[in-house]
Amino acid sequence: MKVITFSGGVHPDSRKLTEKKPIIKTALPKQVVIPLSQHIGAPCSASVTAGQEVKKGQPIGQTSGFVSAPVHASISGKVVAIGPFPHPSGKDVTSVVIEGDGKDEWVSGLKEHEDYLNLDIELLKAIVKDAGIVGLGGATFPTHVKLSPPKEKKIDTVILNGAECEPYLTSDHRLMVEHPREIVEGLKIIMRMVGVDKGYIGIEQNKPDAIKALRDAASKDRNVEVVQLYVKYPQGAEKMLIKVITGREVPSGGLPMDVGAVVQNVGTAKAIFDAVRYGIPLIERVVTVTGSGIKEPNNFLVRIGTSFQQLIDESGGFKGGIGKIIAGGPMMGLAQGTTDVPVIKGTSGILVLAKDEVKEAETYRPCCRCGRCIDVCPVGLNPATIGILVERGRFQEAKDNDCFDCIECGSCSYICPAKRPLVQFIKLAKFELTRKS
Amino acid sequence: MEAIKKEETLSPKLIVSVGPHVKDEETIQRIMWSVSLALLPSSVMAAYYFGPRALAVMIVSILSALGAEAVTQKVMGKPIAISDGSAFLTGLLLSLNLPSGIPLYLPIIGNVVAIVITKQLFGGLGFNVFNPALIGRALLLTSWPRLMTTWYKPVASLTSLDAITTATPLGVIKEAGAVKGMEELLKQFGSISNMYTEMLIGNRAGSLGETSIIALLIGAAFLLYKRYITWHIPFSFLATVAVLSWVVGVKDPVTGNISFFTGDPLLSLLSGGLILGAFFMATDYVTVPVLRRAQIAFGIGCGLLTILIRRFGGYPEGVCYAILLMNCFTPLLDRWFKRRKFGFVKERK
Repeated sequence: MKVITFSGGVHPDSRKLTEKKPIIKTALPKQVVIPLSQHIGAPCSASVTAGQEVKKGQPIGQTSGFVSAPVHASISGKVVAIGPFPHPSGKDVTSVVIEGDGKDEWVSGLKEHEDYLNLDIELLKAIVKDAGIVGLGGATFPTHVKLSPPKEKKIDTVILNGAECEPYLTSDHRLMVEHPREIVEGLKIIMRMVGVDKGYIGIEQNKPDAIKALRDAASKDRNVEVVQLYVKYPQGAEKMLIKVITGREVPSGGLPMDVGAVVQNVGTAKAIFDAVRYGIPLIERVVTVTGSGIKEPNNFLVRIGTSFQQLIDESGGFKGGIGKIIAGGPMMGLAQGTTDVPVIKGTSGILVLAKDEVKEAETYRPCCRCGRCIDVCPVGLNPATIGILVERGRFQEAKDNDCFDCIECGSCSYICPAKRPLVQFIKLAKFELTRKS
Repeated sequence: MEAIKKEETLSPKLIVSVGPHVKDEETIQRIMWSVSLALLPSSVMAAYYFGPRALAVMIVSILSALGAEAVTQKVMGKPIAISDGSAFLTGLLLSLNLPSGIPLYLPIIGNVVAIVITKQLFGGLGFNVFNPALIGRALLLTSWPRLMTTWYKPVASLTSLDAITTATPLGVIKEAGAVKGMEELLKQFGSISNMYTEMLIGNRAGSLGETSIIALLIGAAFLLYKRYITWHIPFSFLATVAVLSWVVGVKDPVTGNISFFTGDPLLSLLSGGLILGAFFMATDYVTVPVLRRAQIAFGIGCGLLTILIRRFGGYPEGVCYAILLMNCFTPLLDRWFKRRKFGFVKERK
């Protein structure tokens, strides 16, 4: 079987501690904190009031724009507070706090569709939007927006992203092994929504069980192809995935739809299937709790709004001295200052690194021009030069060096022997340039 | 006490810093010290063939480089960073580019120029335009030409202090011309196969670290294996020298005629400081292009200039100046050979 890849990229130790661990349901949380902003785009406004009784699956936050996604109660119970609470992004975000009644009752009126592949496309879009589905790979871009490309963009390829190139994380991997049928059906729904008859599922070849499960599940669907990908970070970056599967490059400053492609995470595909087939809104997701600082690493099926602390407790607690708690993977995840943050739609994992694995605020050295960052940059930038320009405040020149093409994968920072925070330099340049204009 | 402990386990102090949260293990220190380690075989061979005098040159050179670096950093109010190994490497490299019999104040002067002027005044590690060790050598060569070109016969004894001066193979050829020079070399080494063998092992006159090709290649293989250097510069440099030395052949010193397609590429590769320069100095991260394709052009340029100087210049050897001249072109080369960026393709119709 042909294995394909892109130029650049790095090979961090994959450390998939939980790849053989079946997904287990967590205990029903007694309380959930559901942020009204869990996606890219306009935050929701609360549609419930403190003291109100809510049922599982009931919308509690309404969208205020097209690029937005509603949020739903993930347990049944009573709204006890609406206000700013800590959020994995590091900011305090307006959230709805629900205290559970332990009954876990569904809201009434969830619509099932047995003929889910024959529904009207506008209805499908409405279902996906109302179910609050966003990109579950971590980017959390509202899915219905991605699936509503403007008419002049001809889409001909749908790609499901099962690369899971971040070290440690296995939530997509387990989902593919345990729910391959739902993922394939979800893909077929997406293909119908964008009017495409060719669908791909890209999986890194270090997950042979997932590749087999999906090939078996798609054996009768001749228009669905499972593609084996070379193991390399950032294989799961949208642009890299499109490049290796279709051979097309998303133009600088463009979007996947400019080359006729739509990419969705495998978890998103399953969420779409659940929403369309059973009417279930997005109220839970798979979260990998892992790392050297966790007693029993595991994959959990978690209600949105469950606190990190509960998941850590259910994993047997901390092991040894703790250095960092990261929401997401080690390459692009965000370090947390507290375990008092909720799992949100984009939380693919909670990574706990032991103290001896983490260096406190590492000092960095001047660039020695070794060129490693240039070799590994998947989009062909020169992070070393951009970094030096940014250090001197020469942002316009950073722009001339195409800093806006950076996909912020962090490969440059990973490889730099001087430990320079190259991706942060580039993010800073983007921030300064956007602020000024 | 117990209570405090419990408190700590309950709410650990978390480090909140930017990602990526895992990093490659390579550091500047490790790279610099590894390059020095790769020069260990050459240093040992230098001490073996050129005796205690060579050892003294190396030690004085390294110490003066470290001292110059520490003092400059102190004076300039920068953190003292001699532990990163870059000054050590400069000192070692400079000493390996010197003849064994020079007075010991020469390496000190060379290193002060290399570290203070060439490196620190240009901004320190990462900002120097020219290879510091080579600037040090170039300065010594122009200031003390006689001392810097008085070569000693290898003695292969760690205790002998006797020193007999002689000429390097390249010097012999420069002086006597190709045909006569070759005759002289054959007289010196016995047979042509013996000459190549001795040159590979290092039993010839020359700078401390340049003579033992085998020792240099062992170090180079280590650097290539660890990916501290890539093939681009050394390969293009050596290939250019090999091809051009065969094409350009040798100039007759009396008539000035060049006989084309008669040169001996092997002799060109094994003699002078070519192997040392190609693997250890034309690969210095700071002063060479960062883009791989630009590096190939850099290597070709080095090879071209080396042959130009060796065949037509006043000096028998040209590697040092060739690299220094090409250092000037580094920013230009990086600009010319931009890497193709992702997404800069014609729009799909």
